[in-house]
Amino acid sequence: MTVLNKVESETAAPETATAARHSPLEHRAAELERRSTSGARGVRLHEEPFLSQINLRTPPGGVESSAVSDSLGLPLPTVNRVSGDEHHAVLWLGPDESLIVAPDGRAEHLLRTVRDAQRGGSGSAVDVSANRTTLRLSGPAAREVLEKLCSLDLHPRSFGPGDCAQTLLGRVIVVLWQLDREPGYRIMVRCSFADYLVDLLLDAMAEFLDG
Amino acid sequence: MMSSSNPNRLNASVRPGRIDRTRTIHATVDGRAVPGRPGDTLASAMLAGGDIEVGPSIQRGRPRGVFSADCTEPNALVQRLDGDCPEPMLPATEIELQDGLRVETLSGVGWLSEQRDTAGYDKKFVHSDVVVVGAGPAGIAASLAAARGGARVMLVDQHRELGGMLLDGQAHIAGHPATEWIGRAARELAENEQVRVLTRATALGCYDHNYLLIAERRADHPDAPPSPTIRQRLWHVRAKQVVLATGAHERPLVFADNDRPGVMLASAVRSYLNRHAVLPGREAVVFTTSDSAYSTALDLLGTGARVPAIVDTRPEPPTRLVEQVRAAGAHVVTSAAVVATGGEHRVSGVRVRGIDGNGSLTEWSAEFPCDLLAVCGGWNPAVQLFAQSGGAVRWDPVVAGFVPSGAGGRSARVVGAARGTYDLAGCLAQGFASGAEAATLSGFRTAPPPVPQVDGDRQASRPRPVWLVPDESRSPEECTEHFVDQQRDATVADIHHALGTGMRSVQHVKRYTTISTGLEQGKSSGVNAVGVLADALSAGSPGEVGTTTFRPPYTPVPLALFAGRTTGRLYDPVRTTPMHRQHVEAGAVFEDVGQWKRPRYYPRGNEDMHAAVLRECSAARTGVAVQDVSTLGRIEIVGSDAPEFLDRIYTNGFAKLAVGKARYGMMCGADGMVLDDGVSMRLAEDRYLMSTTTGGAAKVLDWLEEWLQTEWPELDVYCTSVTEQWAAVAVVGPDSRTVVGRLAPDLDVSAESFGFMRFHETVLVGGIPARISRVSFSGELAFEVNVARWYGQALWEATMTAGSDLDITPYGTEAMHVLRAEKGFVIVGQDTDGTVTPVDLGMDWAVSKHKDFIGKRSLSRPDLVRQDRVQLVGLLPTDTTTLLPEGAHLVEPDVSRRPPVPMAGHVTSSYHSAALERTFALGLISGGRQRIGEVLCAPVGGRDVEVEITSPVFYDPEGARRDGPEQG
Amino acid sequence: MLLVRCPWCGDRDEAEFRYGGQADVDYPADPHQLDDAAWGEYLFVRANPLGSFNERWVHTAGCRRWFSLVRDTATNEMSPDIPRRRESR
Repeated sequence: MTVLNKVESETAAPETATAARHSPLEHRAAELERRSTSGARGVRLHEEPFLSQINLRTPPGGVESSAVSDSLGLPLPTVNRVSGDEHHAVLWLGPDESLIVAPDGRAEHLLRTVRDAQRGGSGSAVDVSANRTTLRLSGPAAREVLEKLCSLDLHPRSFGPGDCAQTLLGRVIVVLWQLDREPGYRIMVRCSFADYLVDLLLDAMAEFLDG
Repeated sequence: MMSSSNPNRLNASVRPGRIDRTRTIHATVDGRAVPGRPGDTLASAMLAGGDIEVGPSIQRGRPRGVFSADCTEPNALVQRLDGDCPEPMLPATEIELQDGLRVETLSGVGWLSEQRDTAGYDKKFVHSDVVVVGAGPAGIAASLAAARGGARVMLVDQHRELGGMLLDGQAHIAGHPATEWIGRAARELAENEQVRVLTRATALGCYDHNYLLIAERRADHPDAPPSPTIRQRLWHVRAKQVVLATGAHERPLVFADNDRPGVMLASAVRSYLNRHAVLPGREAVVFTTSDSAYSTALDLLGTGARVPAIVDTRPEPPTRLVEQVRAAGAHVVTSAAVVATGGEHRVSGVRVRGIDGNGSLTEWSAEFPCDLLAVCGGWNPAVQLFAQSGGAVRWDPVVAGFVPSGAGGRSARVVGAARGTYDLAGCLAQGFASGAEAATLSGFRTAPPPVPQVDGDRQASRPRPVWLVPDESRSPEECTEHFVDQQRDATVADIHHALGTGMRSVQHVKRYTTISTGLEQGKSSGVNAVGVLADALSAGSPGEVGTTTFRPPYTPVPLALFAGRTTGRLYDPVRTTPMHRQHVEAGAVFEDVGQWKRPRYYPRGNEDMHAAVLRECSAARTGVAVQDVSTLGRIEIVGSDAPEFLDRIYTNGFAKLAVGKARYGMMCGADGMVLDDGVSMRLAEDRYLMSTTTGGAAKVLDWLEEWLQTEWPELDVYCTSVTEQWAAVAVVGPDSRTVVGRLAPDLDVSAESFGFMRFHETVLVGGIPARISRVSFSGELAFEVNVARWYGQALWEATMTAGSDLDITPYGTEAMHVLRAEKGFVIVGQDTDGTVTPVDLGMDWAVSKHKDFIGKRSLSRPDLVRQDRVQLVGLLPTDTTTLLPEGAHLVEPDVSRRPPVPMAGHVTSSYHSAALERTFALGLISGGRQRIGEVLCAPVGGRDVEVEITSPVFYDPEGARRDGPEQG
Repeated sequence: MLLVRCPWCGDRDEAEFRYGGQADVDYPADPHQLDDAAWGEYLFVRANPLGSFNERWVHTAGCRRWFSLVRDTATNEMSPDIPRRRESR
């Protein structure tokens, strides 16, 4: 047993340990439920914890990128776009950078798959599943809530389903991903900012509390 | 004709006005009820009740009256007393009347409430293809044209309804009253879902790249919901094209006693008549330099008021106008000017003199009785937003005003009165054309609609501005009753006084006289001041004097609106670790480290910080202590060139670091100054995990990317921030091996198997995967346990459980600082300040002699090898209980204290030490390493503290404690 | 709030970027070949023109890519930089 072997095996979660996990916003789930509203001016907020996330770096247009794309069964996304659907997606983060998003528990498999595809070429794949948590903001007023915090043009003519952007909500860097026309969004935020971002979002949602 | 409670309110048959006569509402002014109608302003309601006089003037206590009907009001300023927070200095001309409104009148100065403003201030970011500022005829036309092209349009107006000056007049468009045209346009815009119309919204500023700030008032008016959650909203608008249809402001005239109550802008008189159905006086003299005031005279005559005279400075006003007013029963005095007003609390009459071609008075004179003097000194195009955004203005002698300079470019988007176009047909034509052009340029090709037929429009003929009506007996220097800025009580004499002191620039004169520094910010006083100055300097025109600088905001705005939602706990991001709530439960006192909340110490019982820190340090040196170190920055660095890259970044070598080992590294800027430090581990041949300081994570990642992207793109290296992928605890102290052994039962933690600066991967109790390293920031035996972030709480719990029988002690940043300082370990940012090199810190051991790295060349610059550079040393106060303040300066004991006193250096870190049983400090001292054993003085609080210079390593200089106690 | 065009992400508010100073100040191929004056010039001396200026920005809150553009320092009008000697990754 060499150190190298130990190091090479990524830290994967045995089933027994998943109960010991706590998501950054677990303690606020009830509050989020309570502050969500329905109706014509409704807006809902909840956490989607533990999504598998792999940060992928690949030289654009190279053999590496087609190998990675083949291994994932998804084309790599074009600028500011998401490839795939909300269950299995690759988000554009930069010209040589993407974020693979999949359901909980897929990180180790994905990491192995992508690293196999990258072998011999340039690039990197890093497990960042615990680095960010995901908020889902949806409902007819969801865009209006974001407009209080985000300077991007979120009008349907400019930003729609399948679009994503790394941008600022208030002073917090997030990955913003529109899922559907309702509109529904995913907001992926680094864990240490999650509580603060929820405070910001709930404050922005207050106007719509009465539906 | 008049109703009794509102003696000056006109019957609906005479003037319907834009008011709701079915309801009466009441405000309270200085404790007195003021009735009015929805649609009134506070000023129009006061005038309807016969009150024209307001608070006396600020400096001279002169009686003053309502002067305007807009945001240029200098006199009718009030303090709100109702609502969430009393707001000072609001123009009564801009406050919409509503039930419950309570104000007191002011003498030019208000007061700030000490009450916390609890109202809601909102912020919203939107984008628009075309933003049109001002909903007068030109702005409405521009919006219609742009919207018909399919563009996203935003129309912004400061008033409650669209129409602008059309609402003050009687014009007809396409054969119908203008109000019908406005109504149709408003409906068309409302029905288009790509159009947003904001009323009661003021464009405060227009900035680079078509960025506008717009303040929308959602409360404080009769149409607002009973208790609105949002009082005001600040719209941040990014436009592709901006059309400025901001209109014009009427200028006052400067003559003796021009500030008497009852002197009012002619356009304001007309606005009160037509918009509010209020007749501010029964007998009105009109004093004008241009055509527009004839409409006021005709409207006055049409409502039954008497007009004893229209005094026109021009020798030949347009015959058509003269005949119209004659037919209505008034006569025009030409080549004449009002030279004085009579009365005390209200004007009772005027004295008129002839005025010749040079502006001098002639012998002719006359007197007319009146209770109202309507004045028109011409018009100032509202170029504020245009000029703020970088547009240049020029003096137009035909318009007699400053207008946007040039015909193309940005100035093309200024339309209507804002560019000196005062006829209605012209305004509509420019509006339609600019709206269509703006839409086309933003990607929605469209043509301007045809301009409808317009009646009741008066072609403007050339005005004859008179900047200063001479006094009958006094020279300009003595004109102390010729007011240029009523709010500031500033006069023609003040301008001449400024000239007498040698000032010539309008910028200087403004600041000296305070003219244009009040609420109106020069909208009405500015050009008159320029005109008076031009006359006094014998300049050819006001254009030669120029204007003062136009700056945002366009009208005053509460600072609370800029603060918006981000106050209190939302002010700045607060970053927390997964163990945050466990620290809170443990009673931690937190400190802010950048945006992070970190436990500073964990008091037990009634402990103060001093006692808690001594206890925490003692636990780390004699037992076991634990700290949450999840805030450290972490960057995964991957690629075949990663070893080479780290060699270039760090001052010491990393390429030869074995896989499975860790090394402390220091990085410098190109200037050789320390940038950041931390421990990096080699995970694989092509993979490192770098750690950074808590505050330095983002900065370091930016730094790495800067070199990779801009200088060394050929390197095969990728950096990924993984700061929050991990949670970590430092387990420190002689008993730490026991605790970590229990935590990680599969791991051999003996000194032989688990050497210093090594790391292993393992599985903790409960099945949690972990990476454990042996690093130490205290000199004690210590481990750092890293797990995926979501296991952070479980890790903390497991660690506390594993050490419970050993009294495992959580410690905070304060104890951490003491422990590392006892060992002479530096903290970047505390013991360094961007001017300190690794050599200055005595860390030559971390500076490679064999390879190049960023900053190496600088380390041989002459300034960086000077013998007298500051160097990191230890400092021991002779009195072992005296704690030096961090930042304290150190001087030679015998040096004279007459400034300037030469400094020997300063204290960077200073603490009480449990291990040393005394106080100690680190400091940067000039040539310090050569001065060990010498004594310096720290002048602190009026006395000298004697300090001995020592080695910076105070504790365990041999490093005997690093591997912990001998195992038996 | 300036509007900065990231060559990758498009138009974004200035707040998403960090300013990187004058562009095309290349790190010397071998700093040790430079005398103190030349090295000091590289470290400390930058242009500060009124008018057209080729400068660097980094999209810190977005794709984290460095790029350069030309800005008129008098008007803040911005235009894309002519591609430099080597492509940014």
